[in-house]
Amino acid sequence: MIKTDTAISVIGLEKSFKNVKVLQNINFTVRKGSIFALLGSNGAGKTTTIKILSTLIKPDQGSAQVCGFDVVRQPHQVREEISLTGQNAAVDGVLTGRENLRLIGKLRHLPDTNKKADALLERFDLLEAADRRVATYSGGMRRRLDLSMSLLGTPSVVFLDEPTTGLDPQSRITMWKIIKDLAHSGVTVFLTTQYLDEADQLADQIFILDKGKIVAEGTASELKKLLPHGHIELRFRNEKEVQTAHNLLGDYKVSLDGENQALIVTTDGSIKQMTDILNRLQNAGLSVAEFAQKLPTLEDVFLTIIGENQGKEYVK
Amino acid sequence: MIIISGIKRNFSDTAVMSGRMMRHTFRSIDTLITVVAMPIMMLLLFVYVFGGAMNTGSIDYINFLVPGIVLFTIASGVAYTAVRLNNDVTAGIFDRFYSMPISKSSILGGHVLNSVVFNMFSVILVLLVALLIGFRPEAGLAEWLIVIGIVLLFTLAMTWVAVTFGLLANSSEGAGVFAYPMLALLFISSAFVPTESMPGIVRAFAEHQPMTPLIEAVRSLLMNEPVGNNALIAVIWCVGILIAFYIAAMQIYKCKAA
Ligand SMILES: Nc1ncnc2c1ncn2[C@@H]1O[C@H](COP(=O)(O)OP(=O)(O)O)[C@@H](O)[C@H]1O
Ligand SMILES: [Mg+2]
Repeated sequence: MIKTDTAISVIGLEKSFKNVKVLQNINFTVRKGSIFALLGSNGAGKTTTIKILSTLIKPDQGSAQVCGFDVVRQPHQVREEISLTGQNAAVDGVLTGRENLRLIGKLRHLPDTNKKADALLERFDLLEAADRRVATYSGGMRRRLDLSMSLLGTPSVVFLDEPTTGLDPQSRITMWKIIKDLAHSGVTVFLTTQYLDEADQLADQIFILDKGKIVAEGTASELKKLLPHGHIELRFRNEKEVQTAHNLLGDYKVSLDGENQALIVTTDGSIKQMTDILNRLQNAGLSVAEFAQKLPTLEDVFLTIIGENQGKEYVK
Repeated sequence: MIIISGIKRNFSDTAVMSGRMMRHTFRSIDTLITVVAMPIMMLLLFVYVFGGAMNTGSIDYINFLVPGIVLFTIASGVAYTAVRLNNDVTAGIFDRFYSMPISKSSILGGHVLNSVVFNMFSVILVLLVALLIGFRPEAGLAEWLIVIGIVLLFTLAMTWVAVTFGLLANSSEGAGVFAYPMLALLFISSAFVPTESMPGIVRAFAEHQPMTPLIEAVRSLLMNEPVGNNALIAVIWCVGILIAFYIAAMQIYKCKAA
């Protein structure tokens, strides 16, 4: 049953390529106007999911609805509602930015394409480069043009496949802001990413996909509770100090990074433990050359969650 | 096939798509040079360098040569259709088009229409140069119309061959490779020398492959001579190739998209 505030609903989706199961029993719903992130490493099945939802390929089993239309039986209605910004910027390098937008506008049979194109060029800070061939654009500019082409038809659902992969930090932040603004304006955003911080920054709802299966789901803060505890890195000036510190912190889980004269200490992330560690070092007259708190990476999350999963299977 | 609803939309989408491809074609200087200048150089080379040694009987060598050069222009021109199409497929813009509510046939249709228009443009340029250096056709209006029909049909058939290879190839370098056997077929035909001068087995091949009846038909029509059944054979070849490659291309296209 489809509630009216549901933009996407997926039930029991399966897809194989030549006997290799790429998606297995995928279920989720996406609320209208929210940002949904599908988080997973390379080869997890993110692009395949997006391709099914945007009617490019058909699922083997299960069903998917976008804005109440079935992607297999009503692909044309689905296409009227969506826009796809693929993993590779789908822009035409031979045409100028303006021509790219006008091309899409004409194909969508919009009444005032030229005016809308200009407005988007301005909004995405591309006005200056509008009449240059897209082949001369930077990666960030291509992505922005790509996205503006997707928005030309005022879609109600936007699919973004790894929108910031390969972008420099500045362009990445710009893209984040654009995506947030998009959701504020009522558009439903379905994005895939390999970066935990990106999902954290943007998404209302995060699903973690691993080898074609959903292994965890929730809001960013819910997921963070599943994360392994943070660890800190302590760097010293010489081998001897590293050794002394190692002995002092014997009751913690410590690993040695001899090459960098550093210790990596696993903590529960609390201030109490942190102060305890630093106090011990200070009392022993050791001065820390460098101190860094390491955030858990997506790799850590996977290792923990997938490790748990395998454990469960083992018990069964 | 396409004759369901939305024919108007189909036409306008195809026009937009081929407008895009026109920009591609006319913005790349190397395409223009290769597609137009190459056949013109061939024309000059054969007329002024080899022409003196050719024995084409009662017919002037340049008049003998022009139909072959026209086919050469088209056979090399469609290689670019394959390359451009392949670029679209591999670069992801196909996915964008495919996820849009546009007529599916317009995506390939734009490439096909552009290929036909551009090749006709090249053929006209080549014919103008031929006229300048002494090509003197004797065809009347009816013969010219039949020639135009045959040349269009050949272009369409070659274009669908190009579409098939453009969809199949893994890279744009590979996409244009099919043009070489096409050009080889032209060289082993009556395009440049009469087949009578060839040794037995080569001659037998030359006379039974599609290029020779095409060339013979166009040549006879242009010189206002009896065509015999060459025109019919040529049309059958072209329609056969067209249908076979249209079906192959559509099949591959559907697989790519699903
Ligand atoms: N057309 C295809 N044919 C065969 N295997 C494919 C095809 N597309 C994707 N795959 C495989 O499916 C898996 C998931 O791919 P994909 O959805 O692209 O992952 P992601 O986008 O998360 O990196 C990969 O192992 C990939 O090799
Ligand atoms: Mg991907």
